[in-house]
Amino acid sequence: MNNKLFEKYFVFSPYFWLVLFFFIPLAIIFKISISVSEWGMPPYQDIFLFDNGLKINTTFENYVYIFSDYYYIRSFVNSLILALISTLFCLIIGFPLAFYISTSNIRLRNILLVLVVIPFWSSFLLRVYAWKIILQNNGILNLILLNLGITSEPLQLLYNQYAVIMGIVYTYLPLMILPLYGYLNKFDLNLIDVSKDLGLNRFKTFFKVILPLSVPGIVAGSLLVFIPVVGEFIIPEMLGGSDRLYYGKILWEEFFVNRNWPGASALAFTGIIILVLPIVIFQMLYSRWSQRNEI
Amino acid sequence: MKSSIIKITVIFLGLFFLYFPILVLIFYSFNENKRVMVWKGFSIRWYAELFKNEQIIEAFIISMKIAALSATLATILGVMIGYSLVRIRKIPFKSFYIFLSSTPLVLPELILGLSMLLFFISLNNIIGFPSSRGQLTIFISHVTFCIAFVAIIIQARLTDFNKNIEEAAMDLGYNYTKVLYKITLPIILPSIIAGWLLAFTISLDDLVVASFTTGPGANTLPIVVFSKVRLGLSPEVNALSAILMFALIIIGLFYFYFNKKFKH
Repeated sequence: MNNKLFEKYFVFSPYFWLVLFFFIPLAIIFKISISVSEWGMPPYQDIFLFDNGLKINTTFENYVYIFSDYYYIRSFVNSLILALISTLFCLIIGFPLAFYISTSNIRLRNILLVLVVIPFWSSFLLRVYAWKIILQNNGILNLILLNLGITSEPLQLLYNQYAVIMGIVYTYLPLMILPLYGYLNKFDLNLIDVSKDLGLNRFKTFFKVILPLSVPGIVAGSLLVFIPVVGEFIIPEMLGGSDRLYYGKILWEEFFVNRNWPGASALAFTGIIILVLPIVIFQMLYSRWSQRNEI
Repeated sequence: MKSSIIKITVIFLGLFFLYFPILVLIFYSFNENKRVMVWKGFSIRWYAELFKNEQIIEAFIISMKIAALSATLATILGVMIGYSLVRIRKIPFKSFYIFLSSTPLVLPELILGLSMLLFFISLNNIIGFPSSRGQLTIFISHVTFCIAFVAIIIQARLTDFNKNIEEAAMDLGYNYTKVLYKITLPIILPSIIAGWLLAFTISLDDLVVASFTTGPGANTLPIVVFSKVRLGLSPEVNALSAILMFALIIIGLFYFYFNKKFKH
């Protein structure tokens, strides 16, 4: 095989797969989201009609329907708030862990890092299920609280928004720690000593030296937690109650229960625009920028 | 001295938080009682029941099959992407290429699952294939979102890679293809294995995308488990959890062993 042919083969095999099975499906979501819904199977009309020539049959009604209904907006806002709170907790717990791991000596560092990430390898679904056991009315946490005399009767810990946050922080924590560690690991620890020598106290060292240098790690980790949590379906379904509806649940029900395909597609496409597009643009700008600086 | 106490406390609490739920799950899997939360004594009864449960065994086999096949194809395609992005200068519409190969990493699974399902339905309306959804459609969907994870590992590895070795081999008369198969791929093989293991685990663990793209006769393990524990607890699932967690943690350790990038 000559070089040209070989390169083409390497570039275009995955290109073809991803266009066919990733890009076209996203385009279909968009197409269905602007289709007119109707009773039938499939429950929407074609966007091109051929009677007396080509007629384009599209509508933005599905988007209007979503954005004018408090129910949908409310659950989307709920999801954004949930994601924000969970990301903050992951950061608060993850930052000190990542920091102390990166300041350990090299042997211990590798062991600790593996220990932190290993739970992430065990099944996601089962780790959420574990919290269901812990938070039961006669579960281990209530047992401890009762024995310590903190409460006289079992608390309802499960099936509310706090259980959801708990489950999310637990399952997503490694996704926050890894990028944080990646950046903290890169910077020169002597900087901390230098700043102390220069008379900065602990707090000032943290806020003026450590924190600014770890901003890229914080951004990366926060995005890795925030975005999937907005679309999270399993955790609210397993640990949450009916006190709050979230975007994932609404999308699921709109499709499977209400059988409103155009509505569900409009919800999904809105999700893509709000969540994914900003990152994609950022990433493209960043890669172009880093390429230019290399040359 | 004071700071080292804080450090040990933080690390200890962090690890306790991460491992406590897993230990609780394993502990309860040895409970004799059918009512999961009421302790009745140590027993391996539910492990025995688990191996008699045909539904779970069948789902396990289906999941393993899909995971092994989709990880393999995703690894081949992911290596191609990683290689192309680092080594090949001329990629038409490169930004689009990057978009396609990295967006599945961040796209919520729910949106991905919905798009795949609507795609398969539309495709069936146009060309009559796939006439029903099942293992094949889950396989295709899993390949699609696992590619990105493999690609990112390979890309990171090749960026570190010393190009001189490849160039030396070229100077010695190896052609492009030979350099790839005799030099580049063998050297990055550990990363390729790491990528495969990651893709395998992700596929094995996926519930959301599989729920959308499944059909008759294709209930994967997470789908069966979810249907059992959605509304309550199940002693058999406890036993299954303990086994699966153990197996997956072993796979995870292999991943770290192979992924050299991690050791720096």
